[in-house]
Amino acid sequence: MALTKADMAERLFEELGINKREAKELVEIFFEEIRSALERGRQVKLSGFGNFDLRDKNQRPGRNPKTGEEIPITARRVVTFRPGQKLKARVDDFEGEPQ
Amino acid sequence: MTKSELIEILSRKRSDILYKDVEQAVKTLLEQMSESLSSGERIEIRGFGSFSLHFRPPRVGRNPKTGDAVTLAGKHVPHFKPGKELRERVNECYSEGGSRLL
Repeated sequence: MALTKADMAERLFEELGINKREAKELVEIFFEEIRSALERGRQVKLSGFGNFDLRDKNQRPGRNPKTGEEIPITARRVVTFRPGQKLKARVDDFEGEPQ
Repeated sequence: MTKSELIEILSRKRSDILYKDVEQAVKTLLEQMSESLSSGERIEIRGFGSFSLHFRPPRVGRNPKTGDAVTLAGKHVPHFKPGKELRERVNECYSEGGSRLL
């Protein structure tokens, strides 16, 4: 099972003593504010977890994989995630089959 | 935007919730996400994206000081795939406004 917003709201409710509605809304605006900052062209740095960076990509040649037809991939801005040292170290220790 | 700026913004938007609760909520969310990935569990947030682990196979590296070959064990690294809404919003603003990176 993957971690979802519902699991996160449940944990906030259990640990913080806020009500379920507030917990759900906090999870919602947490992700919304990160999206909104990235949308405005701002990098997001969450120490201990990682950074969400923006990269501007130039137009490049592409192909329709079905038809083989050449179509350019337009210039675009993409989000990349760079895990922080602390998260990398914690994940590095995992031995098993991830989901 | 840093973690403390994010806490400030959220706390201004939800002035009905105590500042210390907003602060603790942000820390708890990031801790829970780290715990999840550290135990090999995926994270799926619709409209935002998903986090999973990618495996990096063992390789032979070099000690940069001595030049000696060292065997590096395989490991897992966190990976993020942005969701549709995030991809579209980030790119639309960019294409329409030609906004520069801040």
